[in-house]
Amino acid sequence: MKRWQSRISPFLTAVLLLAAWHAAVVWTHTRIFPGPVQVLAGLKDLAGRDLLAGYVRDSLLRVSAGYLAAVALGLPLGLMLGGSPTAAAALNPPIQIMRPISPLAWIPLAIIWFGVGSGAAVFLIFLASVFPIIVATIDAVRSIPPVFRNAGQNFGLPSAMLLRKVIFPAALPQILVGLRIALGIAWLVVVAAEMIAVDSGLGYLIIDSRNAGQRYDLVVAGMLLIGIVGVILDSIMRRIETLKSVRWGFCND
Amino acid sequence: MSNQAVQARTTALETRLRVANLNVTFGEGEKAVNVLQNITLEVGAGEFVCLLGPSGCGKSTLLNVLGGFLKPDSGEVVIDGKPVLGPDPRRIFVFQERGVFPWMTVEGNIGFGLFRLTKEEQARRIFYYVNLVGLSGFEKAYPHELSGGMKQRVEVARALAVNPDVLFLDEPFGALDSITRLIMRRELLRIWQKERKTVLFVTHDIDESIQLADRVLVMSTRPATIQRVVDIDIDHPRDISSRHYLDLRDQIFEQIGLAHKV
Repeated sequence: MKRWQSRISPFLTAVLLLAAWHAAVVWTHTRIFPGPVQVLAGLKDLAGRDLLAGYVRDSLLRVSAGYLAAVALGLPLGLMLGGSPTAAAALNPPIQIMRPISPLAWIPLAIIWFGVGSGAAVFLIFLASVFPIIVATIDAVRSIPPVFRNAGQNFGLPSAMLLRKVIFPAALPQILVGLRIALGIAWLVVVAAEMIAVDSGLGYLIIDSRNAGQRYDLVVAGMLLIGIVGVILDSIMRRIETLKSVRWGFCND
Repeated sequence: MSNQAVQARTTALETRLRVANLNVTFGEGEKAVNVLQNITLEVGAGEFVCLLGPSGCGKSTLLNVLGGFLKPDSGEVVIDGKPVLGPDPRRIFVFQERGVFPWMTVEGNIGFGLFRLTKEEQARRIFYYVNLVGLSGFEKAYPHELSGGMKQRVEVARALAVNPDVLFLDEPFGALDSITRLIMRRELLRIWQKERKTVLFVTHDIDESIQLADRVLVMSTRPATIQRVVDIDIDHPRDISSRHYLDLRDQIFEQIGLAHKV
Protein backbone atom coordinates (compact mmCIF):
# COMPACT_ATOMS: atom_id res chain seq x y z
CA MET A 1 0.00 0.00 0.00
CA LYS A 2 1.28 3.47 -0.79
CA ARG A 3 2.09 5.79 2.05
CA TRP A 4 -0.68 8.32 1.52
CA GLN A 5 -3.16 5.48 1.28
CA SER A 6 -2.20 4.06 4.65
CA ARG A 7 -2.41 7.57 6.10
CA ILE A 8 -5.82 8.28 4.69
CA SER A 9 -7.50 4.90 5.17
CA PRO A 10 -8.18 5.25 8.92
CA PHE A 11 -9.99 8.55 8.29
CA LEU A 12 -11.98 6.94 5.52
CA THR A 13 -13.02 4.09 7.82
CA ALA A 14 -14.07 6.56 10.52
CA VAL A 15 -16.14 8.59 8.07
CA LEU A 16 -17.82 5.46 6.73
CA LEU A 17 -18.63 4.16 10.21
CA LEU A 18 -20.07 7.54 11.29
CA ALA A 19 -22.13 7.72 8.10
CA ALA A 20 -23.47 4.18 8.63
CA TRP A 21 -24.30 5.01 12.24
CA HIS A 22 -26.09 8.19 11.21
CA ALA A 23 -27.97 6.43 8.43
CA ALA A 24 -29.09 3.60 10.71
CA VAL A 25 -30.47 6.06 13.26
CA VAL A 26 -32.29 8.05 10.58
CA TRP A 27 -33.77 5.05 8.77
CA THR A 28 -34.99 3.22 11.89
CA HIS A 29 -36.66 6.40 13.28
CA THR A 30 -35.39 5.43 16.74
CA ARG A 31 -36.19 7.91 19.49
CA ILE A 32 -33.90 6.41 22.12
CA PHE A 33 -30.64 5.65 20.40
CA PRO A 34 -28.65 8.80 19.52
CA GLY A 35 -26.87 9.52 16.25
CA PRO A 36 -23.37 10.99 15.97
CA VAL A 37 -24.70 14.54 15.76
CA GLN A 38 -26.60 14.23 19.05
CA VAL A 39 -23.59 12.63 20.72
CA LEU A 40 -21.40 15.52 19.61
CA ALA A 41 -24.00 17.96 20.96
CA GLY A 42 -24.05 16.02 24.24
CA LEU A 43 -20.27 16.28 24.51
CA LYS A 44 -20.47 20.04 23.92
CA ASP A 45 -23.17 20.29 26.56
CA LEU A 46 -20.97 18.45 29.11
CA ALA A 47 -17.95 20.53 28.25
CA GLY A 48 -20.05 23.68 28.59
CA ARG A 49 -21.05 22.66 32.13
CA ASP A 50 -17.38 22.09 33.04
CA LEU A 51 -18.13 18.44 33.79
CA LEU A 52 -16.17 16.76 31.01
CA ALA A 53 -12.62 17.58 32.11
CA GLY A 54 -13.51 16.89 35.75
CA TYR A 55 -14.94 13.46 34.98
CA VAL A 56 -11.94 12.43 32.87
CA ARG A 57 -9.59 13.75 35.54
CA ASP A 58 -11.36 11.86 38.36
CA SER A 59 -11.29 8.60 36.43
CA LEU A 60 -7.61 9.05 35.62
CA LEU A 61 -6.79 9.87 39.25
CA ARG A 62 -8.51 6.73 40.50
CA VAL A 63 -6.75 4.59 37.89
CA SER A 64 -3.40 6.18 38.73
CA ALA A 65 -3.82 5.58 42.48
CA GLY A 66 -4.93 1.95 42.17
CA TYR A 67 -2.50 1.12 39.40
CA LEU A 68 0.53 2.72 41.06
CA ALA A 69 -0.26 0.88 44.30
CA ALA A 70 -0.41 -2.35 42.28
CA VAL A 71 2.96 -1.59 40.67
CA ALA A 72 4.47 -0.69 44.05
CA LEU A 73 3.42 -4.04 45.51
CA GLY A 74 3.43 -6.30 42.45
CA LEU A 75 6.81 -5.40 41.01
CA PRO A 76 8.99 -6.07 44.10
CA LEU A 77 6.89 -9.14 44.99
CA GLY A 78 7.23 -10.50 41.44
CA LEU A 79 11.00 -9.87 41.42
CA MET A 80 11.32 -11.68 44.74
CA LEU A 81 9.15 -14.64 43.76
CA GLY A 82 10.83 -14.90 40.36
CA GLY A 83 14.22 -15.17 42.04
CA SER A 84 13.24 -17.56 44.80
CA PRO A 85 11.56 -20.85 43.81
CA THR A 86 10.86 -21.63 47.48
CA ALA A 87 8.96 -18.40 48.11
CA ALA A 88 7.16 -18.80 44.80
CA ALA A 89 6.02 -22.33 45.69
CA ALA A 90 4.69 -21.08 49.02
CA LEU A 91 2.78 -18.09 47.65
CA ASN A 92 1.67 -19.59 44.36
CA PRO A 93 -1.59 -21.30 45.52
CA PRO A 94 -3.23 -18.16 47.02
CA ILE A 95 -2.14 -16.07 44.03
CA GLN A 96 -3.50 -18.59 41.54
CA ILE A 97 -6.84 -18.82 43.38
CA MET A 98 -7.28 -15.05 43.71
CA ARG A 99 -6.31 -14.39 40.11
CA PRO A 100 -9.41 -15.71 38.29
CA ILE A 101 -11.82 -13.89 40.64
CA SER A 102 -13.25 -10.96 38.70
CA PRO A 103 -12.63 -7.64 40.42
CA LEU A 104 -16.37 -7.03 40.15
CA ALA A 105 -16.96 -9.93 42.56
CA TRP A 106 -15.05 -7.90 45.15
CA ILE A 107 -17.49 -4.97 44.95
CA PRO A 108 -19.57 -5.93 48.03
CA LEU A 109 -16.46 -6.44 50.15
CA ALA A 110 -14.82 -3.28 48.80
CA ILE A 111 -17.85 -1.25 49.89
CA ILE A 112 -17.82 -2.82 53.38
CA TRP A 113 -14.11 -2.05 53.80
CA PHE A 114 -13.84 1.33 52.11
CA GLY A 115 -17.41 2.63 52.12
CA VAL A 116 -19.11 4.18 49.12
CA GLY A 117 -16.47 6.45 47.61
CA SER A 118 -13.19 6.67 45.77
CA GLY A 119 -11.47 4.26 48.18
CA ALA A 120 -13.56 1.33 47.01
CA ALA A 121 -12.98 2.16 43.35
CA VAL A 122 -9.22 2.52 43.86
CA PHE A 123 -9.16 -0.79 45.74
CA LEU A 124 -10.92 -2.57 42.87
CA ILE A 125 -8.45 -1.16 40.34
CA PHE A 126 -5.58 -2.22 42.55
CA LEU A 127 -6.95 -5.77 42.76
CA ALA A 128 -7.54 -5.97 39.03
CA SER A 129 -4.04 -4.87 38.07
CA VAL A 130 -1.86 -6.36 40.82
CA PHE A 131 -2.14 -10.01 39.75
CA PRO A 132 -1.19 -9.54 36.09
CA ILE A 133 1.81 -7.47 37.27
CA ILE A 134 2.97 -10.13 39.76
CA VAL A 135 2.59 -12.95 37.28
CA ALA A 136 4.27 -11.10 34.40
CA THR A 137 7.20 -10.09 36.64
CA ILE A 138 7.73 -13.65 37.91
CA ASP A 139 7.71 -14.99 34.34
CA ALA A 140 10.05 -12.22 33.20
CA VAL A 141 12.61 -12.96 35.91
CA ARG A 142 12.44 -16.69 35.28
CA SER A 143 13.07 -16.34 31.58
CA ILE A 144 16.27 -14.28 31.94
CA PRO A 145 18.99 -16.18 30.05
CA PRO A 146 21.41 -17.68 32.61
CA VAL A 147 24.33 -16.12 30.75
CA PHE A 148 23.38 -12.65 32.08
CA ARG A 149 23.13 -13.82 35.68
CA ASN A 150 26.42 -15.72 35.37
CA ALA A 151 28.18 -12.70 33.89
CA GLY A 152 26.86 -10.52 36.73
CA GLN A 153 28.06 -12.97 39.37
CA ASN A 154 31.40 -13.36 37.64
CA PHE A 155 32.19 -9.67 38.19
CA GLY A 156 31.50 -10.09 41.89
CA LEU A 157 28.43 -7.85 42.21
CA PRO A 158 26.77 -7.86 45.64
CA SER A 159 23.25 -9.29 45.40
CA ALA A 160 21.42 -5.94 45.71
CA MET A 161 23.51 -4.54 42.87
CA LEU A 162 23.01 -7.71 40.82
CA LEU A 163 19.26 -7.20 41.15
CA ARG A 164 19.46 -3.52 40.19
CA LYS A 165 21.99 -3.75 37.36
CA VAL A 166 21.29 -7.18 35.87
CA ILE A 167 18.11 -8.97 36.96
CA PHE A 168 15.75 -5.98 36.77
CA PRO A 169 16.95 -4.53 33.44
CA ALA A 170 17.14 -8.03 31.92
CA ALA A 171 13.52 -8.69 32.89
CA LEU A 172 12.27 -5.18 32.11
CA PRO A 173 11.07 -5.63 28.51
CA GLN A 174 8.81 -8.50 29.50
CA ILE A 175 7.73 -6.70 32.67
CA LEU A 176 6.68 -3.71 30.54
CA VAL A 177 4.38 -5.93 28.49
CA GLY A 178 2.74 -7.04 31.74
CA LEU A 179 2.47 -3.43 32.95
CA ARG A 180 0.79 -2.39 29.72
CA ILE A 181 -1.76 -5.21 29.91
CA ALA A 182 -2.40 -4.40 33.58
CA LEU A 183 -3.02 -0.73 32.77
CA GLY A 184 -5.56 -1.75 30.14
CA ILE A 185 -7.35 -3.90 32.71
CA ALA A 186 -7.24 -1.09 35.28
CA TRP A 187 -8.94 1.25 32.81
CA LEU A 188 -11.61 -1.37 32.06
CA VAL A 189 -12.32 -1.76 35.76
CA VAL A 190 -12.44 1.93 36.72
CA VAL A 191 -15.59 2.33 34.66
CA ALA A 192 -17.30 -0.57 36.39
CA ALA A 193 -16.12 0.65 39.79
CA GLU A 194 -17.45 4.14 39.19
CA MET A 195 -20.88 2.79 38.35
CA ILE A 196 -21.37 1.57 41.90
CA ALA A 197 -19.30 3.51 44.31
CA VAL A 198 -18.81 7.15 43.36
CA ASP A 199 -20.48 10.27 41.96
CA SER A 200 -17.95 11.43 39.39
CA GLY A 201 -15.89 9.95 36.58
CA LEU A 202 -16.69 8.46 33.19
CA GLY A 203 -18.35 5.34 34.62
CA TYR A 204 -20.57 7.53 36.74
CA LEU A 205 -21.35 9.67 33.69
CA ILE A 206 -22.73 6.65 31.85
CA ILE A 207 -24.82 5.23 34.65
CA ASP A 208 -26.05 8.66 35.81
CA SER A 209 -27.03 9.75 32.28
CA ARG A 210 -29.21 6.68 31.94
CA ASN A 211 -30.75 6.83 35.42
CA ALA A 212 -31.30 10.55 35.57
CA GLY A 213 -32.97 11.23 32.27
CA GLN A 214 -32.45 8.55 29.67
CA ARG A 215 -29.70 10.72 28.11
CA TYR A 216 -28.38 8.08 25.75
CA ASP A 217 -26.41 10.71 23.86
CA LEU A 218 -24.32 11.16 27.00
CA VAL A 219 -24.06 7.38 27.53
CA VAL A 220 -22.54 6.96 24.07
CA ALA A 221 -20.39 10.08 24.55
CA GLY A 222 -19.03 8.53 27.76
CA MET A 223 -18.28 5.28 25.96
CA LEU A 224 -16.36 7.09 23.22
CA LEU A 225 -14.33 9.05 25.76
CA ILE A 226 -13.42 5.84 27.58
CA GLY A 227 -12.21 4.36 24.31
CA ILE A 228 -10.17 7.42 23.39
CA VAL A 229 -8.50 7.74 26.82
CA GLY A 230 -7.74 4.00 26.74
CA VAL A 231 -5.97 4.34 23.40
CA ILE A 232 -3.93 7.26 24.72
CA LEU A 233 -2.87 5.32 27.83
CA ASP A 234 -1.86 2.34 25.72
CA SER A 235 0.14 4.46 23.31
CA ILE A 236 2.03 6.04 26.22
CA MET A 237 3.01 2.57 27.43
CA ARG A 238 4.05 1.59 23.91
CA ARG A 239 6.18 4.71 23.71
CA ILE A 240 8.10 3.49 26.78
CA GLU A 241 8.83 0.22 24.97
CA THR A 242 10.79 2.08 22.29
CA LEU A 243 13.35 3.48 24.77
CA LYS A 244 16.81 2.24 23.85
CA SER A 245 17.50 0.50 27.13
CA VAL A 246 14.51 -1.83 26.66
CA ARG A 247 14.16 -1.88 22.87
CA TRP A 248 16.40 -4.96 22.57
CA GLY A 249 13.63 -7.01 24.12
CA PHE A 250 11.13 -6.10 21.40
CA CYS A 251 13.12 -6.60 18.21
CA ASN A 252 15.36 -9.27 16.77
CA ASP A 253 18.04 -7.17 15.17
CA MET B 1 51.25 -40.69 24.55
CA SER B 2 51.35 -42.00 28.09
CA ASN B 3 49.20 -40.53 30.82
CA GLN B 4 52.37 -39.55 32.58
CA ALA B 5 53.46 -37.42 29.68
CA VAL B 6 50.03 -35.82 29.42
CA GLN B 7 50.15 -34.79 33.05
CA ALA B 8 53.72 -33.61 33.17
CA ARG B 9 53.40 -30.02 32.21
CA THR B 10 54.16 -26.41 32.21
CA THR B 11 57.71 -25.85 31.22
CA ALA B 12 59.38 -22.89 32.84
CA LEU B 13 56.23 -20.90 33.62
CA GLU B 14 54.92 -20.44 37.10
CA THR B 15 51.81 -22.60 37.55
CA ARG B 16 48.63 -20.53 37.65
CA LEU B 17 45.91 -23.15 37.40
CA ARG B 18 45.99 -26.78 38.45
CA VAL B 19 43.27 -29.36 37.96
CA ALA B 20 43.60 -32.78 39.58
CA ASN B 21 41.50 -35.91 38.98
CA LEU B 22 38.37 -33.98 38.10
CA ASN B 23 35.14 -35.93 37.59
CA VAL B 24 31.71 -34.58 36.66
CA THR B 25 28.57 -36.66 36.31
CA PHE B 26 25.19 -35.37 35.16
CA GLY B 27 22.00 -37.08 36.33
CA GLU B 28 21.61 -39.89 38.82
CA GLY B 29 21.23 -43.66 38.93
CA GLU B 30 20.91 -45.44 35.60
CA LYS B 31 20.59 -42.20 33.68
CA ALA B 32 23.85 -40.85 35.02
CA VAL B 33 26.21 -39.63 32.32
CA ASN B 34 29.87 -39.37 33.06
CA VAL B 35 30.78 -36.08 31.38
CA LEU B 36 34.32 -35.47 32.59
CA GLN B 37 36.59 -38.28 33.64
CA ASN B 38 39.79 -37.93 35.55
CA ILE B 39 40.88 -34.63 34.06
CA THR B 40 44.29 -33.50 35.19
CA LEU B 41 46.02 -30.46 33.75
CA GLU B 42 48.19 -27.51 34.58
CA VAL B 43 48.33 -24.09 33.01
CA GLY B 44 51.18 -21.67 33.50
CA ALA B 45 50.85 -17.94 34.16
CA GLY B 46 50.47 -16.06 30.89
CA GLU B 47 49.98 -19.22 28.89
CA PHE B 48 47.43 -19.55 26.07
CA VAL B 49 45.82 -22.99 26.17
CA CYS B 50 43.15 -24.31 23.83
CA LEU B 51 40.73 -27.07 24.80
CA LEU B 52 39.90 -28.76 21.50
CA GLY B 53 37.18 -31.31 20.99
CA PRO B 54 33.99 -32.10 19.12
CA SER B 55 30.72 -30.39 20.07
CA GLY B 56 29.12 -31.85 23.15
CA CYS B 57 32.28 -33.57 24.39
CA GLY B 58 32.26 -31.77 27.73
CA LYS B 59 34.86 -29.08 27.12
CA SER B 60 32.40 -26.32 28.00
CA THR B 61 31.49 -28.24 31.14
CA LEU B 62 35.17 -28.29 32.06
CA LEU B 63 35.43 -24.55 31.49
CA ASN B 64 32.35 -23.97 33.67
CA VAL B 65 33.95 -25.95 36.48
CA LEU B 66 37.17 -23.95 36.15
CA GLY B 67 35.16 -20.71 36.19
CA GLY B 68 33.42 -21.74 39.40
CA PHE B 69 29.93 -21.96 37.89
CA LEU B 70 29.69 -25.74 38.34
CA LYS B 71 30.80 -27.95 41.22
CA PRO B 72 32.69 -31.12 40.27
CA ASP B 73 31.70 -34.48 41.79
CA SER B 74 35.30 -35.10 42.75
CA GLY B 75 38.72 -33.68 42.18
CA GLU B 76 39.93 -30.16 42.69
CA VAL B 77 40.63 -26.96 40.85
CA VAL B 78 43.33 -24.76 42.30
CA ILE B 79 44.14 -21.31 41.01
CA ASP B 80 47.11 -19.43 42.47
CA GLY B 81 47.29 -21.94 45.28
CA LYS B 82 43.65 -21.55 46.34
CA PRO B 83 40.77 -23.92 45.59
CA VAL B 84 38.05 -22.50 43.33
CA LEU B 85 34.75 -22.26 45.22
CA GLY B 86 32.75 -19.98 42.96
CA PRO B 87 32.95 -17.28 40.30
CA ASP B 88 35.55 -14.60 41.00
CA PRO B 89 36.29 -11.28 39.25
CA ARG B 90 39.95 -12.27 38.99
CA ARG B 91 38.87 -14.92 36.50
CA ILE B 92 36.48 -13.70 33.86
CA PHE B 93 34.37 -15.89 31.64
CA VAL B 94 33.71 -14.68 28.10
CA PHE B 95 30.67 -16.22 26.46
CA GLN B 96 29.82 -15.89 22.81
CA GLU B 97 28.68 -12.34 22.24
CA ARG B 98 25.44 -13.38 23.98
CA GLY B 99 27.00 -12.30 27.27
CA VAL B 100 26.97 -8.58 26.41
CA PHE B 101 24.23 -6.76 28.33
CA PRO B 102 21.79 -5.42 25.72
CA TRP B 103 20.35 -2.77 28.09
CA MET B 104 23.69 -1.02 28.49
CA THR B 105 25.74 1.04 26.08
CA VAL B 106 29.23 -0.03 25.01
CA GLU B 107 30.62 2.20 27.79
CA GLY B 108 28.22 0.77 30.34
CA ASN B 109 29.16 -2.78 29.44
CA ILE B 110 32.90 -2.18 29.52
CA GLY B 111 32.62 -0.33 32.84
CA PHE B 112 30.30 -2.97 34.32
CA GLY B 113 32.85 -4.64 36.57
CA LEU B 114 34.54 -1.41 37.68
CA PHE B 115 32.04 -0.39 40.37
CA ARG B 116 34.64 -0.50 43.14
CA LEU B 117 36.84 2.11 41.45
CA THR B 118 36.59 5.90 41.48
CA LYS B 119 34.71 7.62 38.67
CA GLU B 120 37.98 8.97 37.20
CA GLU B 121 39.62 5.54 37.20
CA GLN B 122 36.50 4.02 35.62
CA ALA B 123 36.49 6.61 32.86
CA ARG B 124 40.22 6.11 32.27
CA ARG B 125 39.89 2.33 31.92
CA ILE B 126 36.80 2.53 29.75
CA PHE B 127 38.60 4.92 27.44
CA TYR B 128 41.67 2.66 27.30
CA TYR B 129 39.79 -0.56 26.56
CA VAL B 130 37.36 1.00 24.09
CA ASN B 131 40.45 2.00 22.12
CA LEU B 132 42.23 -1.31 22.64
CA VAL B 133 39.40 -3.25 21.01
CA GLY B 134 38.92 -0.63 18.30
CA LEU B 135 35.47 0.65 19.28
CA SER B 136 36.15 4.36 19.72
CA GLY B 137 33.23 6.35 18.38
CA PHE B 138 30.79 3.63 19.53
CA GLU B 139 30.88 4.40 23.27
CA LYS B 140 27.22 5.43 23.39
CA ALA B 141 25.94 2.70 21.05
CA TYR B 142 23.72 -0.11 22.27
CA PRO B 143 24.62 -3.71 21.44
CA HIS B 144 21.67 -4.15 19.06
CA GLU B 145 23.20 -1.39 16.96
CA LEU B 146 26.49 -3.32 16.63
CA SER B 147 27.62 -6.26 14.50
CA GLY B 148 28.41 -9.66 15.99
CA GLY B 149 32.15 -9.03 15.88
CA MET B 150 31.79 -5.66 17.60
CA LYS B 151 29.67 -7.20 20.35
CA GLN B 152 32.37 -9.79 20.85
CA ARG B 153 34.94 -7.01 21.21
CA VAL B 154 32.74 -5.37 23.84
CA GLU B 155 32.65 -8.55 25.84
CA VAL B 156 36.41 -9.06 25.62
CA ALA B 157 36.97 -5.43 26.66
CA ARG B 158 34.54 -5.81 29.59
CA ALA B 159 36.53 -8.82 30.75
CA LEU B 160 39.94 -7.15 30.36
CA ALA B 161 38.85 -3.92 32.05
CA VAL B 162 38.74 -5.56 35.49
CA ASN B 163 42.34 -6.72 34.95
CA PRO B 164 41.73 -10.42 35.62
CA ASP B 165 44.49 -13.00 35.98
CA VAL B 166 42.69 -15.59 33.89
CA LEU B 167 40.34 -15.40 30.92
CA PHE B 168 38.03 -18.28 30.08
CA LEU B 169 36.71 -18.09 26.54
CA ASP B 170 33.95 -20.51 25.53
CA GLU B 171 33.88 -20.76 21.74
CA PRO B 172 33.88 -16.97 21.66
CA PHE B 173 34.00 -16.65 17.88
CA GLY B 174 31.67 -19.55 17.09
CA ALA B 175 28.78 -17.36 15.99
CA LEU B 176 30.83 -15.06 13.75
CA ASP B 177 31.30 -15.36 10.00
CA SER B 178 34.62 -16.83 8.87
CA ILE B 179 36.25 -13.55 7.87
CA THR B 180 35.32 -11.76 11.08
CA ARG B 181 36.51 -14.81 12.98
CA LEU B 182 39.99 -14.50 11.42
CA ILE B 183 40.14 -10.82 12.29
CA MET B 184 39.03 -11.49 15.86
CA ARG B 185 41.72 -14.17 16.29
CA ARG B 186 44.38 -11.71 15.21
CA GLU B 187 42.93 -9.07 17.56
CA LEU B 188 42.84 -11.51 20.47
CA LEU B 189 46.48 -12.47 19.89
CA ARG B 190 47.49 -8.82 19.70
CA ILE B 191 45.72 -8.10 22.99
CA TRP B 192 47.07 -11.25 24.63
CA GLN B 193 50.64 -10.37 23.65
CA LYS B 194 50.11 -6.93 25.14
CA GLU B 195 48.39 -7.95 28.38
CA ARG B 196 49.72 -11.50 28.88
CA LYS B 197 46.71 -12.91 30.62
CA THR B 198 46.43 -16.62 31.21
CA VAL B 199 43.91 -17.78 28.62
CA LEU B 200 41.83 -20.96 28.42
CA PHE B 201 40.06 -21.06 25.10
CA VAL B 202 37.46 -23.69 24.20
CA THR B 203 37.01 -24.45 20.52
CA HIS B 204 36.01 -27.21 18.14
CA ASP B 205 38.02 -25.65 15.32
CA ILE B 206 41.38 -27.36 14.78
CA ASP B 207 42.90 -24.47 12.82
CA GLU B 208 41.75 -21.96 15.38
CA SER B 209 43.50 -23.88 18.15
CA ILE B 210 46.81 -24.13 16.24
CA GLN B 211 46.72 -20.46 15.25
CA LEU B 212 46.14 -19.25 18.80
CA ALA B 213 47.50 -21.57 21.45
CA ASP B 214 50.82 -22.30 23.07
CA ARG B 215 49.41 -25.73 23.83
CA VAL B 216 46.40 -27.61 22.54
CA LEU B 217 44.66 -30.12 24.81
CA VAL B 218 42.84 -32.56 22.53
CA MET B 219 39.77 -33.97 24.24
CA SER B 220 37.87 -37.17 23.51
CA THR B 221 34.10 -37.56 23.49
CA ARG B 222 32.10 -38.65 26.51
CA PRO B 223 33.34 -39.16 29.00
CA ALA B 224 35.77 -36.37 28.17
CA THR B 225 39.36 -37.11 28.89
CA ILE B 226 42.45 -35.30 27.71
CA GLN B 227 43.67 -37.52 24.89
CA ARG B 228 46.76 -35.70 23.99
CA VAL B 229 48.66 -32.48 24.51
CA VAL B 230 50.18 -30.81 21.48
CA ASP B 231 52.77 -28.08 21.95
CA ILE B 232 52.51 -25.44 19.26
CA ASP B 233 56.11 -24.28 19.07
CA ILE B 234 55.71 -21.69 16.33
CA ASP B 235 56.41 -18.01 16.92
CA HIS B 236 53.73 -15.37 16.34
CA PRO B 237 52.75 -14.23 13.75
CA ARG B 238 52.28 -17.79 12.57
CA ASP B 239 52.68 -18.84 8.97
CA ILE B 240 49.66 -21.04 8.45
CA SER B 241 51.04 -22.62 5.28
CA SER B 242 54.40 -23.59 6.79
CA ARG B 243 55.50 -27.21 6.86
CA HIS B 244 55.48 -27.34 10.64
CA TYR B 245 52.00 -25.86 10.97
CA LEU B 246 50.64 -28.44 8.57
CA ASP B 247 52.44 -31.24 10.41
CA LEU B 248 50.88 -30.23 13.71
CA ARG B 249 47.51 -30.00 12.02
CA ASP B 250 47.90 -33.50 10.60
CA GLN B 251 48.83 -34.85 14.03
CA ILE B 252 45.67 -33.44 15.56
CA PHE B 253 43.48 -34.63 12.69
CA GLU B 254 44.89 -38.11 13.17
CA GLN B 255 44.42 -37.98 16.91
CA ILE B 256 40.75 -37.09 16.47
CA GLY B 257 40.43 -39.94 14.01
CA LEU B 258 39.88 -37.93 10.87
CA ALA B 259 41.96 -38.35 7.79
CA HIS B 260 42.02 -34.81 6.42
CA LYS B 261 40.50 -35.80 3.13
CA VAL B 262 36.91 -34.77 2.64
